[in-house]
Amino acid sequence: MLSSLTLRASLVSVALLGAILGLWHVATMGSGPAVKMDPEYAKLMGATATQGKSAMPGPADVGAKIWQHLKDPFYDRGTNDKGIGIQLAYSIARVAFGYLLAVAVAIPVGFLIGMSPLMSRALDPFIQVMKPISPLAWMPLALYTIKDSGISAIFVIFICSLWPMLINTAFGVAGVRKEWLNVARTLEVGTLRRAFTIILPAAAPTIVTGMRISIGIAWLVIVAAEMLVGGTGIGYFVWNEWNNLSITNVIIAILVIGLVGMVLDQLLARVGRLVTFPE
Amino acid sequence: MSDKLVSLEGIAKRYPAPGGATTTIFENLWLTMNRGEFTCIIGHSGCGKTTVLNILAGLDNPSEGAVIVDNREITGPSLDRAVIFQSHALLPWRTVMGNVAYAVSSKWRKWSSARTREHAQKFIDLVGLTGSEHKRPSELSGGMKQRVGIARALSIEPKMMLMDEPFSALDALTRGTLQDEVRRICLTTGQTTFMISHDVDEGIYLADKIVLMTNGPGAVVAEIVENPLPKERARIDLHRHPLYYPLRNHIIDFLVTRSRTFVGVTPDYDPRKVVVIRPRGEPVAVAPIANAS
Repeated sequence: MLSSLTLRASLVSVALLGAILGLWHVATMGSGPAVKMDPEYAKLMGATATQGKSAMPGPADVGAKIWQHLKDPFYDRGTNDKGIGIQLAYSIARVAFGYLLAVAVAIPVGFLIGMSPLMSRALDPFIQVMKPISPLAWMPLALYTIKDSGISAIFVIFICSLWPMLINTAFGVAGVRKEWLNVARTLEVGTLRRAFTIILPAAAPTIVTGMRISIGIAWLVIVAAEMLVGGTGIGYFVWNEWNNLSITNVIIAILVIGLVGMVLDQLLARVGRLVTFPE
Repeated sequence: MSDKLVSLEGIAKRYPAPGGATTTIFENLWLTMNRGEFTCIIGHSGCGKTTVLNILAGLDNPSEGAVIVDNREITGPSLDRAVIFQSHALLPWRTVMGNVAYAVSSKWRKWSSARTREHAQKFIDLVGLTGSEHKRPSELSGGMKQRVGIARALSIEPKMMLMDEPFSALDALTRGTLQDEVRRICLTTGQTTFMISHDVDEGIYLADKIVLMTNGPGAVVAEIVENPLPKERARIDLHRHPLYYPLRNHIIDFLVTRSRTFVGVTPDYDPRKVVVIRPRGEPVAVAPIANAS
C-alpha cells in the first residue's frame, strides 16, 4: 500500500513536471516571422523581433545551457567568468563557516540560557530585539568594522543562523523532563556529565530542529548577501548574469539554489532522525 | 535500636498560599525505619505521601526538621537511596542495558565498561529481562519498563529503595507478577524499602509495617500497623489467613472514616510516639495463627 502510494505520487510528480515544461515550452515558442524586413536589418534585430521569439528562454535552451555547465562546472576565466561549480563552492563555504560559527556560539549559550532562569531572563530582551533584525541590515556595519567583504558575508550568515538555534536550544534544554533530571540527581551525576548524558540527548531533537531552520535561513540569506558584496558566489552569479541579460543562466542559478537548499535541509533532517528517540 | 537505618525527625512541608498565608501539608512528622524492613505508607491523595518520599530521596527539602539516614543527616539525593519512579523515568534514548549501565557507571565511575555491563547484566537477569538488553524503552510494555526501573535502582546496591506507587500504572495481572518479583527480591537481598501505595492489598502483601496517614492538609501519621502475617506468604492464599481480614478491615476502616476524623478525636496525639498496632483479629479470628509452610 505504501509503495503503491509512493509510486502514484511520483507518477503525479512526473506528470506535473511534464505539464510545467510543456507550458513553458509553448509559452516561449516563436510565433513565426512577425513582419517582413530587410535581411540585413533582421540580422541586427535578432530572433526576438524577426521570428516573434520570446526573450524568455525555453526549456530546451535552459537544458542545453545546463549541459554546458555540467560539462565544465569549474572553469575560471577571470573575475566575471567562473564556472557555476566554483561559484557554488564559494557560497557553500561561506554558509558553512558562518553556520558552524553560529553552532559553536548558539549551543553553549542556549544551554546556559536553558539551564539558568537568571540568564534566561537577563538575555531575553537582547534576543527579542536582535532576532527580528534583517541580517542584511548588519551588512554596512559589518563592512565598516570588518573591512573585508568576504568575512562580512560570513558574519551576516553567522548572525542570521544564530537566533533559531539559540532559541531552540534554550527551549529544548529548559524543557527536559523533570523526571530525567531527577534520575540524574538521585544517581549523583555531576553537572558536566548531566549536561552531556541527560540534557543533550533529551534536547537534541529540538536543537536539531533549530539547526534545520537556521541552515534554511542561511541559504536564503547568502544569495542576497553575495549580491551585495559581489565578487564570487552564487548570489553574485545571479546578479552578474542579470547584468549580462543572460536569463538562461539566471534560471539555472535559481534551480541550483533550490537544489542545494534542498540537499542542506535533507542533511539536517537526516541528523534529526538520528537523534530523535521514540517514547 | 542498633538496626535503625532511617529516621524522619519532626519534618514539615509548607507551601505559600495565596494571600500571604502558608498551607501546611504536614508538620512534626516522626518516623523510623529499620534495616531490611519493608515500610508501606498509605493515605488519601493530598496527604503528602509523595512529598515525604521526595524528602527522603533528597529531591525535596523539608521546611522544618531533618532526615537521618545511617546516623547522618541527608543534604540531598544520594546513591545510597535509589528511587523507583511511578512513571518509570527511563531514558528513552538508551537501551535497557544502557539505562541500567548508566546507573552502575554513576556509582562506580572507574569501572571498565565490561565490568559495568557485567554488573548491570546481573540485575537485568534478576528482574527477568534477560534477552531484552538491547531493546529501547519504547519497545517494552509498561511492566517491563518498571522492571528496568527496579533493575536500575537495585544495580547501585543502595542502602534503601524508595518506591512511589511503582505499580499504579500497570494492569492488574502485571501488577501482581511484579509484586511477586519485588517481594522475592526484597526478601533475598534484605533490601530496606519504603513504598507509597494506594492499594491496601499491595501493602498487606509486601510490607512489614504499614504507615497510615490522615488526610491533608495538616496530615499526621495516625498509626503504624505491624503486619501480623507470616514472612512466608503467597499472594494467592493471602486472603485465607485468619489475620488477613482483621488487618485489611482495620486499614479500610481507617481510610474510610478515621483518616478524616482521627485528628479531631485524638486530642492527646503525640507525633513522637505514634501508636503501633498489631491486629490480632480478636472479634473474628478464633483459629490459632496457622504457620503457613
